[in-house]
Amino acid sequence: MTPVTTDPARARARRAPWRAVRAGHAFVAGYVILLAAFGIVPVVYGIYFAFTNAGNRWTGLSNFIQSAQDFRYVAAFEHIGVYLTIWLAALVVLVTALALVLHQLPVWGISGFVRFLYYIPGALAGVASVLLWLFMLDPSVSPAASFLHLLGYGTFSQVIAPSHLAILFAMIAFWTGAGGWIVVMYGALNNIPLDIMEAARIDGAGAWRIARYIQIPMLRKWIVYMAILAFAVGAQLFVEPQLVSEASLGVGGRDYSPNQLAYDFAFQNNNVNYAAAISIELLVLSLAVAAVFVTRSRFFDAS
Amino acid sequence: MALGIRAARARSRLRASSARVAFAVGAVALAVTVAACGNGSSSSSGSVSGAGAKDGFTQAAQTSGPLVVWVDSTRVPAAQAYQKAHPNVKLDIVTYDGDANGSNTLQTKVSLYNRTGSGWPDVVFSAENNEIAWAQPAGFTAPLSKGLIPDSVLNNFSPGALAPCTVDGTVYCLRNDLAPTLLWYNAPLMKQWGYQVPTTWAQYEQIGQEVARQHPGYIVGAAGDTFTPEIYMWASQCQANGITGIRSVTVNVTSSDCQRMAALLDTLLADKSMSKLSVFSSAFDKQEQGKVLMMPGPVWYTGAIFNTTSGLNTPKGLLAAAPMPQWPGTTPATTGNVGGGLWLLSAHSAHLAEAVSFLEWVTTNDAYQADMAPGLPAYAPAASKWLANQQNSGYFANNIVPVIQQTAGQVWQGWGYGKFSQEAIWASTVTPGITSGKAIVSMLPSWQTAITNYATAAGYQVSH
Repeated sequence: MTPVTTDPARARARRAPWRAVRAGHAFVAGYVILLAAFGIVPVVYGIYFAFTNAGNRWTGLSNFIQSAQDFRYVAAFEHIGVYLTIWLAALVVLVTALALVLHQLPVWGISGFVRFLYYIPGALAGVASVLLWLFMLDPSVSPAASFLHLLGYGTFSQVIAPSHLAILFAMIAFWTGAGGWIVVMYGALNNIPLDIMEAARIDGAGAWRIARYIQIPMLRKWIVYMAILAFAVGAQLFVEPQLVSEASLGVGGRDYSPNQLAYDFAFQNNNVNYAAAISIELLVLSLAVAAVFVTRSRFFDAS
Repeated sequence: MALGIRAARARSRLRASSARVAFAVGAVALAVTVAACGNGSSSSSGSVSGAGAKDGFTQAAQTSGPLVVWVDSTRVPAAQAYQKAHPNVKLDIVTYDGDANGSNTLQTKVSLYNRTGSGWPDVVFSAENNEIAWAQPAGFTAPLSKGLIPDSVLNNFSPGALAPCTVDGTVYCLRNDLAPTLLWYNAPLMKQWGYQVPTTWAQYEQIGQEVARQHPGYIVGAAGDTFTPEIYMWASQCQANGITGIRSVTVNVTSSDCQRMAALLDTLLADKSMSKLSVFSSAFDKQEQGKVLMMPGPVWYTGAIFNTTSGLNTPKGLLAAAPMPQWPGTTPATTGNVGGGLWLLSAHSAHLAEAVSFLEWVTTNDAYQADMAPGLPAYAPAASKWLANQQNSGYFANNIVPVIQQTAGQVWQGWGYGKFSQEAIWASTVTPGITSGKAIVSMLPSWQTAITNYATAAGYQVSH
């Protein structure tokens, strides 16, 4: 990479950027080390487990086939299918809409306050916010009890009936996760050059047309980015159903998601290999969806 | 015993015990950790170097050091009482969730310790009485009846008390408390309304129907808990959990033994004289305080539900106990059982002498079991003293001692202790239906399927 040179002046000139590169490496190292320790190594280990059995013998696809035949398997993937559809749709539509509205707010004080308001739930740790929702959903303690009664739900078990779970989890996820994205989108909107907006306005475009033809197309990459990350997080759904299951003493949310099923395999049936097989499936699924999003949206196009 | 945990488990439901939270967070971390360590050999059986076979198992090399004891919060006083009586023993008391509600904390941790080859606690209390089903095959529990605990002690446990601890005739744990079900009732109110205490389920059902008509708002039972099948179905000899071998189970919940009880529950649930609420829910406390005419339930209902300000807060002199009602032709009489905790001794313990001393003391010594324990001791000599203490408190409206002594020996033995949680299966399969008004009779086939599925997934051969 560095050609041999005898010119001392040029060598000196090159040394400065190398020092800069070294600093860069140092900055990135923290991330790379953690990524390797908690990302790459476990994944490789997981792949190893997924293709071997308890006696460390190569088993081919047998772990995948056997775990897929478990009676909870199909249901678990159906559950997150429904959940992801609701959540991603809500996220993309509402986050974009709210960010646009936020961007239109004329008074600076209000805008700042609303952004702060959106962001608060995201500042709570994941589990804490789910616990908060457990209170919200229990008619006997909820501040929104009268609303729940209005809907005809008098007890916690009625609220968390199996058919309600996907929408409840989507609500919790939206509440905890959307605020941060709204703020990100708001930032992205601020990055749209003012002269483009100005030109559109001079051409007679109103707020709606500016949003439709200027802002949303220019937000596209951000929206795709959000969808990819949200899908990966959503496919790994665990804390919400697990806590609902604990709180409802097992009435709702048990074995709801593939991640919970993997957890059960590992710790109830002492079968780490099936658990690893399901984890690898989730990884492949997320990567595949990300690949589709990236190629379809020309995510990495520089133009 | 189940009292504390169940109270704790349900009460802390929305109080959001931090342990649960930590558990859920830890779960994710654990999933990562397990992927990152371990060599894959499942159910290792504690092969320890420098060890010799004695008392029926391979013992670890003995060392000095603190005795590590895991207990749930309700059992902390037991460990502290032992410490007080044995000031020279170095005790490390660790509080965990006691595996309440099938949380599997212990199993999760032990499977990790089995992989890393260290870290096991010496003595553990568990609130789940089916713990041995996994702990024995995993090599975690030491056999107790092969020399560690003398037969003279083992024989003093109440008849059947050690059934959940026994595998192929060898005892692998000691029972902390017994939890047979009986019929609790409000004696003055029964008298005032002219009802005889029912001895048959038909009489019980009839009173339930009359109460619904004449005294709406009053209840004769509750069917909204995870352990509802253990109160009603177990007592009815419903074959939901017929563990016939270490990996075989017979499940037949569409039989008449199950249908009759399901139909009774359906009738009373429809009449609203049977509550759909969990007895541990705050809604139950609010709605049913002073409204419980009768309630079938385990012994520990006294402390966990009736005689507590955080429950029904039933005043002194009202509560009385009777044996569970029976179906015609059931001889001998049978009853159900809800919980009753266990003490396990680690086969990996490097402090066996202290561990055995602790285990024996905590399950048999009067200082804890007779005077402090919140539930009926499994150790018979302590049990009679405990019962006398209860009766002397003057709380009960009748003499509960003979009733409890009688029912303690009547627990139907056809309901076993398997690796899968019957409570969790009922909770996720039947309870949502009860909540939405579906008849239990119509849900029996899906209950059957669910039990079959979970049992099969846990490695059981299921016959019908």
